Amino acid sequence: MDAGVVDLSRLQFALTALYHFLFVPLTLGLSFMLVIMESIYVMTGREIWRQVTRFWGKIFGINFVLGVATGLTMEFQFGTNWSYFSHYAGDIFGAPLAIEGLMAFFLEATFVGLMFFGWDRLSKLGHLFVTFLVALGTNLSALWILIANGWMQNPVGATFNPDTMRMEVSDFGAVLFNPVAQAKFVHTVSAGYVAASVVVLGVSAFYLLKGRWIEFARRSMVVAAAFGLASSLSVVVLGDESGYALTDNQKMKLAAIEAAWHTQESPAGLTLLGMPDTVARTTRYSVEVPWVLGLIATRSVDKEVTGMSELVLKAQERIASGVKAYAAVEVLKTDPSNVAARAQFEAHKRDLGYALLLKRQLADPRAATPQQIEAAAWDTVPSVPLMFWSFRAMAVIGFLMIALFATAFVVASRRKHLTTRWFLRLCVIAIPLPWVAIELGWVVAEMGRQPWAIEGVLPTFLAASSLTRSALWTTIIGFTALYGTLAVIEIRLILAAIKHGPVEDQEPTPEPGRIVALPLAA
Amino acid sequence: MEFLDYEMMRVIWWTLLGVLLIGFALTDGFDLGTAALLPFVAKTDAERRMVINSVGPTWEGNQVWFILGGGAIFAAWPFVYAVSFSGFYLAMFLVLAALILRPVGFKYRSKRPDPAWRTRWDWALFVGGIVPALVFGVAVGNVLSGAPFRLDSDLRSFFEGGLFDLFTTFTLVAGLLSVAMLVLHGSAWLAIKAEHGPVRDRAQRFGAIAAVASVALFAVGWAFMAWGGYGFRIVGVVDGLAASNPLRTASEAAPGAWLDNYDRHHWMMIAPLIGFVGPVLALVGIVTRKEWAAFAGSSLAATGIIATVGLSMFPFILPSSIDAHSSLTVWNASSSHRTLQIMLFVTIVFLPIVLAYTAWVYRVLWGRVTTAQATTHPDFY
Repeated sequence: MDAGVVDLSRLQFALTALYHFLFVPLTLGLSFMLVIMESIYVMTGREIWRQVTRFWGKIFGINFVLGVATGLTMEFQFGTNWSYFSHYAGDIFGAPLAIEGLMAFFLEATFVGLMFFGWDRLSKLGHLFVTFLVALGTNLSALWILIANGWMQNPVGATFNPDTMRMEVSDFGAVLFNPVAQAKFVHTVSAGYVAASVVVLGVSAFYLLKGRWIEFARRSMVVAAAFGLASSLSVVVLGDESGYALTDNQKMKLAAIEAAWHTQESPAGLTLLGMPDTVARTTRYSVEVPWVLGLIATRSVDKEVTGMSELVLKAQERIASGVKAYAAVEVLKTDPSNVAARAQFEAHKRDLGYALLLKRQLADPRAATPQQIEAAAWDTVPSVPLMFWSFRAMAVIGFLMIALFATAFVVASRRKHLTTRWFLRLCVIAIPLPWVAIELGWVVAEMGRQPWAIEGVLPTFLAASSLTRSALWTTIIGFTALYGTLAVIEIRLILAAIKHGPVEDQEPTPEPGRIVALPLAA
Repeated sequence: MEFLDYEMMRVIWWTLLGVLLIGFALTDGFDLGTAALLPFVAKTDAERRMVINSVGPTWEGNQVWFILGGGAIFAAWPFVYAVSFSGFYLAMFLVLAALILRPVGFKYRSKRPDPAWRTRWDWALFVGGIVPALVFGVAVGNVLSGAPFRLDSDLRSFFEGGLFDLFTTFTLVAGLLSVAMLVLHGSAWLAIKAEHGPVRDRAQRFGAIAAVASVALFAVGWAFMAWGGYGFRIVGVVDGLAASNPLRTASEAAPGAWLDNYDRHHWMMIAPLIGFVGPVLALVGIVTRKEWAAFAGSSLAATGIIATVGLSMFPFILPSSIDAHSSLTVWNASSSHRTLQIMLFVTIVFLPIVLAYTAWVYRVLWGRVTTAQATTHPDFY
């Protein structure tokens, strides 16, 4: 594999995925907030709540289309750029993606049109039901995508089949109820709810500061404060860490986040701050809080949190064992009925993926020296400073969000929304924060899984397609230009909609007569 | 031998692949055709808004057929997903870039009154309709020709050829046929959905041209396929129960072999027959102003033409033009038996539900779109 192609493929995936996930959180959260707002409208019958629902629906719509547009890339990018991954994992990984389309995205996309166009064609209750189906579809969609992603983090229910040279499903139930996937789902959708709440809160605060649409803004603020408080508590309390004790790689991720170079006695202390040094493999100037990490990571006081050095030693053993599985697979390729090779494969198949780590250094893992095995074992450590700081920045924002919504809740329920101007300004400033946290969350999840595409099964550097650098540069530049333009347009349209406010006057559309069909360059 | 053995399951999933592609062509196909027609059938802003709103509320659901197609190929035919999308890399990028313009085009176009802004989006929508239609057809032409890829002993695929190698006379015929077929379908949709007036009349004129072009291009394409030196054949014994590993099977180029299935099973001729009858029926419908006959005709055209490709190639899905042990067939490129069973179960449960609520949504949104409505209604694009 050309290392440049692998790096460019990773760059493109990171760009397109992080960009896609600028739009998804608002879709996830705002859809359910629309359900809440419209429910109040249906129950009270008061026109102001219709206005609230329709205005936020408009914002939802502008954002939704870019989520859909950029999601197209994601659905096909595994095939275009990660074709060996697709071959290796398609038997398991393809199923949740297909089910997502059939069960969730069809629901969401079919009803979203009716949600926008069906106000006059449906009863109040009927329209509310349609809005609910859209919210259900978007959130089910996230469930299936996170089941797929969870499997990459913790590949349960599958074994390698040497006859087809790929992973095949052995227990689909285990894939569905993968605890890592469940934890990820709750954490990710909660984060989306927080992002949407912050937008509604911030824009409402902006209106209150300007003294415009006060009745509209106050009601929006109440919904945002309540929904946001519940969601921000959920996103922090039901964090992703619950899955971190499960597998070696997940343990490695936790150790990297904590910059825990060595196993500590239980219960482990939480390193609050410090400077991870990747050369000396130690953390300088660390400030620790006793007990806390053990409680968070193991939900107990007597289980220890394994350090990176100890995990590397374990990886070394697994690589040695994996080489035996690899040797057996090489025999089975030409002689599928070789009984001895089959037995050797069965005994070591769990570690086959670890042998593949050696392929970064040499073509045939069977010829690896102990030094090469040790170097490959150290490859299992992700970038510690990146993990350490990304996680801390994300966590700080999480706690800030709880404080923000708790304050908003007090302000809104005590009807101080017009007088606490310092807080309203804070609400406006806070709008970008959830996005920073969410993108960092993906950095922690995906960079923390490195060097694996599928944990313990397939290294990332083997997963990419056999493409050329020039082809990759073409698409990276193409996607960047296209996405960049669309981002500018979307932000302008959302700002224009906010400036316009929740009124529905027909914008004056002068009939321009015949439009001259301009050439494409126009 | 149980009924739903591995071999049977593979044939079912081959059929479902066809159902998905036809489902995509029948639903999102008219959205693509309508978008491709947009700058030509609608001249004023009001007319263009009417055309956009004729597909506005439903195109998004239709597009899911495409996304589901991607997911289903991934789940049921992982080799096909891995080899084809990485092999046709830049072509796939063109399709995605064009399709990305569509949702934003529909939603953003009428958000600002500036005529230059709107005209730019009209052309973006045109690109979003015509480019995917053309590239899909060219891709099918390449599948019929055989693609230049080989698999190594780890089953990693290597593709030898770039974007411009995809364009040959035959694949261009296939591409233009795809455009003609979808433009016909789009015009038939507009005839049903647009108010009586100039837009509908222009759509019908383009539809008539597209119908004639469809018949002609399908005939040329058929001649190429039959006598142009195309076709592949399996070498050796076929084992429908074998593990999915293309390296353990062999195939060879066999000019004319794409007609073998019709020799063996005469009933299969019904597919190309429908492919020819469909556009003719559509043309009759257009001339006699029977909108539903035209729509039925364009639907039959797409169904017949896509089914012809599948039946001609069976059991091949993606033949390799450079390696005897790399061609992907129904018997060597599927997921495991268990995955095919799980996915079939999911499909049987959910596909009828999807079809039911889609039908309901179309019924709620029934009726012609008028220029007056498209320009005054606050919810319209």
